[in-house]
Amino acid sequence: MKQNIFKTSFIAMVSLFTISSCDSNLDLMPTNDLTPEVLYRTPAGYKQSLAKLYGTMALTGNAGPAGSADVFFPGSDEGQNSDFFRTYWNAQVLSTDEAVTAWGDPGLPDFHNINTAPANLFLHGLYYKTMYQVAIVNEFLRQSTDEKLASRNITGADADAIRGYRNEARFLRAFDYWVMIDLFGNPPFATEADLVGGPSPRQISRAELFDYIEAELLAIETSLPAARTNEYGRADQAAAQALLARLYLNASVYTAGAKVKNTEAATYAKKVIDAGYTLMTNYSYLFMADNDVANTESIFTINYDGIKTQGFGGPTFLIKGGTGGNMVSADYGMNEGWGGHRATKALVQKFDDPSGATDKRPMFFTNGQSLEIANITQFKEGYAVTKYKNKRRNGTNGSSTTFADTDIPLFRLAEMYLIYAEAVKRGGTGDANLALTYINNLRQRAYGNTSGNITAGDLTLDFILDERARELYWEGHRRTDLVRYGKFTDGSYVWPWKGGVASGTGVQDYKNIYPIPASDLNVNRNLQQNTGY
Amino acid sequence: MRKITPRIFKNFCVCLVFILSSGLAYAQNTVSGRVTDARGTGIEGATVSVKGSNVATATIADGSFSLSIPSNARTLVISGVGYTTQELAINGRTSFNVTMQTAATDLNEVVVVGYGTARKKDLTGAVATVGAKDFQKGVTGTPEQLLVGKVAGVSIVSNGGSPGAGSTIRIRGNASMLSNDPLIIIDGVQTSGGGIAGSPNILSTINPNDIESFTILKDASAAGIYGSRATSGVIIITTKKGKSGKPKFNFTTQYSVGKVSKKMDVLSANQFRDFVNTHGNSSQIAQMGVASTDWQDEIYQRAQGVDNNLSISGGTKGKLKMPYRVSVGYNLQEGILKTGKMERFSGGVNLNPSLLNNHLKFDISVKGTKTQSRFADEGGVIGGAVRFNPTVPVFTGAGMYNGYYELLDPNTTTGLKGLAPRNPMGMLMGRDNQSDVYRSIGNAQVDYKFHFLPELRANVNVGYDIAEGKGEARVNEQAAVDYMRQSNNAGVGNGRIAPYKQKFNNTFLESYLNYATDINAIDSRIDLTAGYGWYDNIYKNYALPTYFANGVLSDSITGFPYDEPRHRLISYYGRANFTIMNKYLLTGTFRRDGSSKLNPDGRWLNYFSGAAAWKISEENFLKNSKVISDLKLRGSYGITGQQEGIGIYSYLNVYNLSTATAMYQLGNDFYNMARPASYNPRLAWQETYTSSVALDYGLFNNRITGTIEAYLKESEGLLNSVSQPAGISFAPVEFMNIGTMENKGIEFTINAVAVKSKNWNVDFGYNVTYNKNKITKLTQFDDPSYEGIRWGGRSGGTGGSILINSVGHPFGSFYVFKQVYGADGKPIDNLFEDLNRDGVINDKDLYRYKSINPDVLMGFSANIGYKKWNLGFVARASIGNYIYNNVASATGTYRNLFDPLGYLANVSTEILKSGFSGTGDKYFNSDYYIQNASFVRLDNINVGYNFGKVLDNKANLRFVGTLQNVFVISKYKGADPEIGSGIDNSFYPRPRTLTLGLNFDF
Repeated sequence: MKQNIFKTSFIAMVSLFTISSCDSNLDLMPTNDLTPEVLYRTPAGYKQSLAKLYGTMALTGNAGPAGSADVFFPGSDEGQNSDFFRTYWNAQVLSTDEAVTAWGDPGLPDFHNINTAPANLFLHGLYYKTMYQVAIVNEFLRQSTDEKLASRNITGADADAIRGYRNEARFLRAFDYWVMIDLFGNPPFATEADLVGGPSPRQISRAELFDYIEAELLAIETSLPAARTNEYGRADQAAAQALLARLYLNASVYTAGAKVKNTEAATYAKKVIDAGYTLMTNYSYLFMADNDVANTESIFTINYDGIKTQGFGGPTFLIKGGTGGNMVSADYGMNEGWGGHRATKALVQKFDDPSGATDKRPMFFTNGQSLEIANITQFKEGYAVTKYKNKRRNGTNGSSTTFADTDIPLFRLAEMYLIYAEAVKRGGTGDANLALTYINNLRQRAYGNTSGNITAGDLTLDFILDERARELYWEGHRRTDLVRYGKFTDGSYVWPWKGGVASGTGVQDYKNIYPIPASDLNVNRNLQQNTGY
Repeated sequence: MRKITPRIFKNFCVCLVFILSSGLAYAQNTVSGRVTDARGTGIEGATVSVKGSNVATATIADGSFSLSIPSNARTLVISGVGYTTQELAINGRTSFNVTMQTAATDLNEVVVVGYGTARKKDLTGAVATVGAKDFQKGVTGTPEQLLVGKVAGVSIVSNGGSPGAGSTIRIRGNASMLSNDPLIIIDGVQTSGGGIAGSPNILSTINPNDIESFTILKDASAAGIYGSRATSGVIIITTKKGKSGKPKFNFTTQYSVGKVSKKMDVLSANQFRDFVNTHGNSSQIAQMGVASTDWQDEIYQRAQGVDNNLSISGGTKGKLKMPYRVSVGYNLQEGILKTGKMERFSGGVNLNPSLLNNHLKFDISVKGTKTQSRFADEGGVIGGAVRFNPTVPVFTGAGMYNGYYELLDPNTTTGLKGLAPRNPMGMLMGRDNQSDVYRSIGNAQVDYKFHFLPELRANVNVGYDIAEGKGEARVNEQAAVDYMRQSNNAGVGNGRIAPYKQKFNNTFLESYLNYATDINAIDSRIDLTAGYGWYDNIYKNYALPTYFANGVLSDSITGFPYDEPRHRLISYYGRANFTIMNKYLLTGTFRRDGSSKLNPDGRWLNYFSGAAAWKISEENFLKNSKVISDLKLRGSYGITGQQEGIGIYSYLNVYNLSTATAMYQLGNDFYNMARPASYNPRLAWQETYTSSVALDYGLFNNRITGTIEAYLKESEGLLNSVSQPAGISFAPVEFMNIGTMENKGIEFTINAVAVKSKNWNVDFGYNVTYNKNKITKLTQFDDPSYEGIRWGGRSGGTGGSILINSVGHPFGSFYVFKQVYGADGKPIDNLFEDLNRDGVINDKDLYRYKSINPDVLMGFSANIGYKKWNLGFVARASIGNYIYNNVASATGTYRNLFDPLGYLANVSTEILKSGFSGTGDKYFNSDYYIQNASFVRLDNINVGYNFGKVLDNKANLRFVGTLQNVFVISKYKGADPEIGSGIDNSFYPRPRTLTLGLNFDF
């Protein structure tokens, strides 16, 4: 009997327990998502990955217009808080004399008040989105080493093309670090050697980061495709040189005066200028729905499409956000306006004739709009800006009226002219006559003739700063320029509602850079908050 | 399923061997008699059974019974709901007249516990049961509502008043930051917790009428055998089963009518006019219309409901004794928000045959429902009705936008004003979102008691839980919300048809051996269980194209047509019970779980728990006490786990491709972008250590019973969305195991039969729970400067949150500015205390204030019977919970009324009190909006009358009338103080509902 019990129990136990010892039953793989081994089996996979490196600047995530954000954090709005250009524009333009916004979303009024806090959701989005691009560039570099390519049997021309992608990826990372050095000063620093889930990245000082960006760009400068030979939307030598020119022009800011690089700024601006770009004859074409076609001036752009590249940032944000009051949204190729941002009179008054009749660059909508701003939340106070449109040159709309097609130029020839002139004016080695010619090139394009031309005597540094406002307003340069001129925080130059005061006021110097977001300080113990915050 | 089949087969083979090797029959005798209550009235439906067997019958209407019993039967057991179970020795008697004693709680009652059953009096862990007689009355939509207010330590808050709305269920507070939903087991089928497209709430696919009882496992000892799914407690739902005897029919029918109990306080049309005339400029005054529209009156309706159920139960006789119950149900519930409704068709079969002299028992259960819903766009419409200008009419009479009044702008292509609110009635009536959800839950459980060793049982349970939900959200051609949704060179497209579809298919196999025997030599009993479980969950999420209202394709699917995520859990478990001298009880449980959601290096974890109990009332010094009938001291300690909330593939490095509207242009081509998904290769289990001490008592022959219990739950390695260092991670927040949190609490329960006489019967139940939650750690290293994790998105502005989880504070504390008040007691616009005295009001001046969690919860139920009448009610109280009044903060300012975009919108009456301008962005986070939401609510009052025999004595008829949501007393200024999320925003109001029902037994 006893034996029987034992036997039966044994059989039963076996039937219960041996059936399950196979641990591999728990190795389940996703249906649609791709492991790196599957994605990178073909060169096409690398191209899709490269598209992400570029596309993350245009889109908030992998679903358009929203729904699968790259950078999402609780309490934030994907479209508003995590679009690269939208948050960049808030930080660079809304904080200056170029624009105010009617919207009161938490943290947004702080830009024009120059009073942003480490918890600001827009800065958080800009910071994380930029560093996100660094992280995925690093991942791409890890996945595209020669060893990886060899192990995946990618050889010959395919492998060469992917090696080319690596240079473009490094350009994008250098651009990201330029955003960080300019806006945040002393960001965390990670390269492809820093792994996901590994130790927190170290903090890099602003001066050290300057050296890194310079070295990276110089290292890839000649390896990139020659200017204007790469596919549209992809970086070439001119893109790297343009970024170098911009970096050099601001070297003194980034290195606290330790390095002055005006000669190099002029040299690199000239390299781009001489690479075959020409000014578009019609200034307004630069900001229209078909600005990806026959564009001789843009050097590097973020590309949008109303059907295929949908988001609530970029040109859609600029056009809809700037449409309100008596404006007819259809005139700008959109189905509606969001009634947000306008220009302050400080921008309007940079133009001798803001009507657009002589200088064609000022594109203000004034019907029903007041020049003065008594109440920032009223769209009708302050002139509206119609520089960006979702209209094609022939007057038809972009591909959709819900989302704009218009590409955003990050670098264009006009900026190189301005850099050259300013660098020479600041004492860099160069040709002063050429500098004057470049500035007059811009003015001739603007006026349609030589009536706006200036003389050598007119060409002062302050003139160049104003000319930058006239030429580049709302393109995302203004804060950097004002900082370089010492006018961003200083009380010597004020504009309406600067520092939160109607007549404008100076603010503390430490606000020349933004605070590092509190959430990163919390998690990365290597980081120190920027002084003052 | 394919991989499981051979194993099921193997297990069946084992059983089959034993079936073939048996087959003896026994001689039969017959016993008969009558079961009555103290007044001598026959008790219908009492169970008469032979102890230790499956031989049983139910008494008929006059309480009489007749039962064939095996010749070796020694004891009869007579039980009935609400009565103390009695055991009578047979000793050759054939006639039995039994008088039953009412009991508040029946301690001999057998309760379902994890992988088996136990007598209530032998329990060592915290187990609460709620049977049909204690259910909330008038509940037809979703079963968890039957339990509301009934059990200490269990909080059930409905997520609104929409038909079939789900509930937030919390057992002993929040032990996790991600998911605190308990594991719900329906007739042995562990449900996966996830919802399905088209269903308002997955539990609403279960017909509450089929439910016999709930068992709630609260502590680590009771729940521990469920290991990694036990941290938030376990609710076991048992459905009604048949008993032996002739077929008995039950038919219930209910009709209900509900209406909105309290609307949100907004300006009336006249208040609005006055306000605009006083504060507006001429162009704003000109924007007012002459109508007076109460938009909330427009969107709400009187909601009717119907609930019909028919069941047949009984048992076959002869060699195959097979109790059965078959039921069908139909439930229709309209929403108080117009157009919304839920219609449920349900059916269930329970078969419980036994063979071989009860050595082989089967429990077979199949349930199926079809739920058809129509969803109103709740958030948009309810919020819209608060905001829409009350001086404009509902209709313009013009043809555009279906004739509804809308805010217009000649400058837009649609003619509609951009970023402006749309007519809530236009939104409501222009949309038609209907779904069909099919769900079936079924299992077959075989229990074999070994012939040569009856102390040993083998139990195999296989089953499934499958569902398919699909539907279409349609917006018609002219509706303003999607008017000219597409306007591009391809043409104009209006409206929307957005189909959706989702499936899940969960299967499982469980098998265990149980060995239980008395060891007489030491006056002890042991009960050992060891088993294995396999749980496989597959979802299928379809990506479907979207169309315009005219059927023209608008968004095609370029990516994958569906995704099929899958996860699996494999488990080993065991339990040992020792009972020594019927006084000392010891329990130990063990579980080892492996989950496919975690990295192979760390996916297996072991969980242990132990408990001990001392039945003090069995000691000689109390055994003969007239006062104390039961007294048990028990304590438990154990570890449970938590994996809910972790993504299915969160540990894997994978890439996904972007959608057709998120492609990027390089050259002339657009590319689907390949993005590396965020992942955490080191994700692991969260563990919770729970200790619990309790005293169960029964007084005066158990007329008064109850429990007092204290517990401490400490969670470690909290699964949590944690900020990631920028630059190396693919997401700014990722799930990590960081932090600790504790819950301390005391529960007290008392159930009493206060009056028991010939005509009167009064009993009541009261429970109170105190729970204190505190986060004790959130970072790897101690860091007092760490602010915490902000969460709790709120409306008003874009983005922004109102809650924070910080060390030293409760989960879900409000993170706010301290409002400054003027001498008149009114808050001063945009003036906050500079808490850190640095001269600037910024984020550093935010402070943590109160939390969304109540400190104390109470439930009080009473039943008063007089002759054939019955009166009952259930009341609840919640103390110490606060709410962020988001309706007031997002709609109660001048800026909200005089919108800068150039239109007028209605606002909360809050504007009259605070007078806030709405400029700036800090006022959203003012502590002014954090309001005390403690409340007392009378959940329901019900009246019943038992007509007794009707229709020539063929049927028994009862009537019940219920009023639900009778009243609520609270200081809270919003519409309803009971909001689980703690953020009051567009909350679907809970209706006040009158239900009339009839119940026939025949």
